[in-house]
Amino acid sequence: MEATTKKRVKRIYAHIVLILASIVFLVPFIWMVSTSFKPITQVFTFPPEFIPRPFQWENYIEATKYIPFWTYTYNTAVITGLSTLGVIISCPLVAYSFAKLRWRGRDALFAVTIGVMMIPAQVTMIPLFLLFNQFGWVGTNLPLIVPAFFGVPFSIFLLRQFFKGLPNTLREAAKIDGASEWRIYWQIMFPLAKPAVLAIALFQFMASWTDFLGPLIYLTEEASYTLSLGLQQFQNQQGSQWHLMMAVSTLMTLPIIILFFFMQKTFIKGITFTGIKG
Amino acid sequence: MEKTELGKAPKLRKNKRRSNESLAGWLFALPWLIGLAVFFIYPLLSSIYYSFTDYSILQSGDFIGLANYRELFQDELFWISIYNTVYFAVLFVPLSIIFGVALAMVLNMRVRGMAVYRTIFFLPTLVPHVALAILWIWLLNPQFGLVNAMLDFFGIQGPPWLGSTFWSKPALVLMSLWGIGQAVIIYLAGLGDISQEYYEAAEVDGASFLQKTFRITLPLLTPVIFFNLVMGFIGAFQQFTLPYAMTNGTGSPADSLTFYVMYLYDNAFSYFRMGYASAMAWILFVIIMLLTAIVFWSSKRWVHYQGD
Repeated sequence: MEATTKKRVKRIYAHIVLILASIVFLVPFIWMVSTSFKPITQVFTFPPEFIPRPFQWENYIEATKYIPFWTYTYNTAVITGLSTLGVIISCPLVAYSFAKLRWRGRDALFAVTIGVMMIPAQVTMIPLFLLFNQFGWVGTNLPLIVPAFFGVPFSIFLLRQFFKGLPNTLREAAKIDGASEWRIYWQIMFPLAKPAVLAIALFQFMASWTDFLGPLIYLTEEASYTLSLGLQQFQNQQGSQWHLMMAVSTLMTLPIIILFFFMQKTFIKGITFTGIKG
Repeated sequence: MEKTELGKAPKLRKNKRRSNESLAGWLFALPWLIGLAVFFIYPLLSSIYYSFTDYSILQSGDFIGLANYRELFQDELFWISIYNTVYFAVLFVPLSIIFGVALAMVLNMRVRGMAVYRTIFFLPTLVPHVALAILWIWLLNPQFGLVNAMLDFFGIQGPPWLGSTFWSKPALVLMSLWGIGQAVIIYLAGLGDISQEYYEAAEVDGASFLQKTFRITLPLLTPVIFFNLVMGFIGAFQQFTLPYAMTNGTGSPADSLTFYVMYLYDNAFSYFRMGYASAMAWILFVIIMLLTAIVFWSSKRWVHYQGD
């Protein structure tokens, strides 16, 4: 009897701690959304108010007119979509080769792959810029898309771990049935790797959607800007239009939240997987 | 005779199979072989070379030996950017570990609605960094910002945050701490891996909550803490988007938010001093390698693996 009361009290304490901490984490977020619906005059009230009065949906329409919002969204979507497609095509294929196929030089190349993962991106950034400049790619979105089709070391590493976990008997059975290497990969191994592929696709989506430095370096024309750059541009021109900036910030965050909502399990699995098991 | 023929046939077939597999292996890995060469090895080697030249978009790039490095060590802004970056890392990384572990332990309790709580703590990590930067400039506004309004509620006069050279870096630490959800999930996975038997045995011995925390949970969590420590330092040294977006690339006030990679970016893409920036990139590389090595070396003393 006493033990259960004690447990109940403990649980109530736990909820109090959790709720208080949740508020701390949630408030900035709610603040962003609430500011996005406020009239500009209410943005500058002190003490700050949470409920927009009146509720200005028009902020969102106004915000999408202040900057070429739909153009930027389209540009972001193209870069994100194509680079995600790129890693889905290249990374599992390469990872499978590293994990299951025997060929000379494989282990040495894998060691090199692990090695380049340790190099900070800033080291390769400048020569890559000069290289893409020679290709005539600076000012286009190609530098932000094409490399994904040639594999991302971190994703290759993760997927290799996944393929290693699949039993070899699958391969052997298919071989006895006369299946080619390509068929084994495409019809057996790739479908089995779907959860891991989904995880790396999510990472690439997030990375491309929110990327700032890449577009900052390579996109020179305003017509080719992404949302990250658009948001920055907003701050330049309309430094005081906080309500509109928050509207665009909310719109930019929305796709990721929706994605997270539907793929929570994959998300979490992917992150913990990359964390320690990898 | 029959015997050798029988013995030969399967061997031949096996060889053929082997070479098929070998060919397939190369072909499957081909995209990455090209990617590795073009996007990693080539830029890596040319970056070393560029760091010894006065390369710019306009200049041809004469070999100037160690001149870039010598100039860097006399460059005041270089040292300021190092100071800022180290300051941020030293403040942020330990705090992120303390809060991260504490949060993970709270989120590891068995109470109803935990999935909702966990989602809430993860939510900030989903906000794109540029949006996050803009949100926090506003939250930290000394006059109308929510943070100082809350401090005001408790009767505390809030600092000017991004308006002062003293408070700008702590402000950045504060907003970075808001996004520790990703590390927390890794800690949670680590906590989940700790065998329940340890706690059961401790409870039989009548161990208190604190004893269990410091004798079981924390020691067994050290591999995960170690991982987040390494990743935390590497991330802190590559800090770019937040301070850049918050200050429009100026690093203001008075360069207090000029971080190493920001200065590198400026040299490369504002002043087009590609050689100079390449030298900076290599110094960054060496710093990160050294730090990682130190953490790895020290880990022998404090990282415990289950079953050791």
